Amino acid sequence: MSRIDVRKTYKLYINGAFPRSESGRSYEVLDAGGRFAANAALASRKDARDAVVAARSAFKGWSHANAYLRGQIVYRIAEVMESRRAQLVADVMACEGLTEARAKRVLDAAIDRVVWYAGWADKLPAVLGNANAVSGPFFNFSVPEPSGVIAIVAPEASSLLALVSVTIPVVVAGNTCVVVTSRTRPLPAITWAECLATSDLPNGVVNLLTGDHAEIAPWLASHKDVDGIDLSGVEDAALARSLEAAAAVNLKRFARHDAEEDWAVRPNLRRLSRFLETKTILQPIGV
Amino acid sequence: MTLVLGISDSDLAAATGSDAALRRFLFGLPGVDQVGAEARAAALGTRSIKAQTKRDMIDLAISMIDLTTLEGADTPGKVNALCVKAQHPDPTDQSAPHTAAVCVYGDMVPYALQALGPDSPIRIAAVATAFPSGRASLDVKILDVRDAVANGAHEIDMVIDRGAFLSGRYMQVFEEIQAVKQACEHAHLKVILETGELQTYDNVRRASWLAMLAGADFIKTSTGKVQPAATAPVVLVMLEAVRDWHAITGKHIGMKPAGGIRTTKDALKMLVLVNEIPGEDWLSPDLFRIGASTLLNDLLLQRQRLRDGGYSGPNYVTVD
Repeated sequence: MSRIDVRKTYKLYINGAFPRSESGRSYEVLDAGGRFAANAALASRKDARDAVVAARSAFKGWSHANAYLRGQIVYRIAEVMESRRAQLVADVMACEGLTEARAKRVLDAAIDRVVWYAGWADKLPAVLGNANAVSGPFFNFSVPEPSGVIAIVAPEASSLLALVSVTIPVVVAGNTCVVVTSRTRPLPAITWAECLATSDLPNGVVNLLTGDHAEIAPWLASHKDVDGIDLSGVEDAALARSLEAAAAVNLKRFARHDAEEDWAVRPNLRRLSRFLETKTILQPIGV
Repeated sequence: MTLVLGISDSDLAAATGSDAALRRFLFGLPGVDQVGAEARAAALGTRSIKAQTKRDMIDLAISMIDLTTLEGADTPGKVNALCVKAQHPDPTDQSAPHTAAVCVYGDMVPYALQALGPDSPIRIAAVATAFPSGRASLDVKILDVRDAVANGAHEIDMVIDRGAFLSGRYMQVFEEIQAVKQACEHAHLKVILETGELQTYDNVRRASWLAMLAGADFIKTSTGKVQPAATAPVVLVMLEAVRDWHAITGKHIGMKPAGGIRTTKDALKMLVLVNEIPGEDWLSPDLFRIGASTLLNDLLLQRQRLRDGGYSGPNYVTVD
């Protein structure tokens, strides 16, 4: 007797849970060869709204957790990814049409990227902050602080490495985020969400929405409880411009799509420092 | 003669003649179909509401709120801030309606009166009768009520003695409500049933009728200190009692769900229940109130969202 298939339902990742879209919609995901791969949830604006609420409520705990602990938790994400190599490689192969050897190299790069950023967690204040010289009996410190809730539109083509590269630096800096994943290649993102869910990362710090960013991103851009928006995955210049204009409603920090960006190259501090504010404080000496 | 549930006007008069008659009347009420009530409440909660209707309902809900602070840590300053918020819920938008009332402890009434002024359309409701437990002698409860009324409260929210109700001493509960009603003088009386402690929907129905027989102007679900509080099926059962009372006596009794209503969605579901059960007459702050503190901010966020097109955030409403 043949066994019944146990197929996986790909869902969203919001507040540490895996809900279906509030709208009940889903869409067909094709593999690189154009064959049916799976059905993924098609997120709606209400899912985005729920994700922002989750990210906002997670922000206080995550941004106040000490930097060393944040680094440890992000390193654990790399550990869990390592233990799920087989599935991540299979997802990347299916979605991006890579050979097994190349998909493995992509995964290696993604895991190394997480480790690299994890190491920065407790070094940021030392590198980006300063004890300023002032003429007077004061200490004067500048310290970096996370901006808050960041919306991220992940790049379309690189389904895992780019996703990791845009999400992890934002989180390491102490922000929480809502990420709209690649629409055509969402499966590695959901597998990655399962890694996040099992790696001590508090609920709501990362929320992943699969779906059409042209539908969801405008709602995130105009959302007054979102403090920054990374448009790395928005290639359509007209859409990007309208999103930037909408983001001005509460002076969000934003980042543009960069067609030249090579995800394989080891990054610098640009993405880590983009969604940080600098707080400068005076303190009297000898009190 | 109007007969509803087989009850006539004269039955109501006879019901309160003696302990035995009252018990017979309350146990003669038809039982609540628990599964049916829950299913009906859930079904009415799934109504689709279109944008313009939603706008109107949000404003209506704001105008029905009894904006409440009932904490041990309340101060005159906090009551003052509450009153300002009741008058101008959204400082960025003067078109937002004011709330129906503020709801405070009896000793805070003078501060509320001072903040609102003597001619304010916003009513001052005070909780009394040893709120929230109701565990005090009748004399103390009456004094509590008189004190609040003397301080200038327009409405009194009393709690029933759940211990007496649950052990079957209905006449005691009845007489207590009557005594409190008398002590209220001109003030409106809301009777809190504390449905979270009544165990069954049958008890909720009996307590509703008992309170109306004793002269309540409003029946109210909960103190807000006990969970579960104003669940949809409980509100449904109480609204049915109010509807039936009106059908028999022609008198309108108000209804106030309180406790656990935190989101706009919850509030709109309540309004749907009101429209479907007692009907449009009750879609007014005179007959339907919502006891809440955090709900107001969520209503304002939704109101801003409908006004501006984009989602708003907690930074754009006042901190309670």
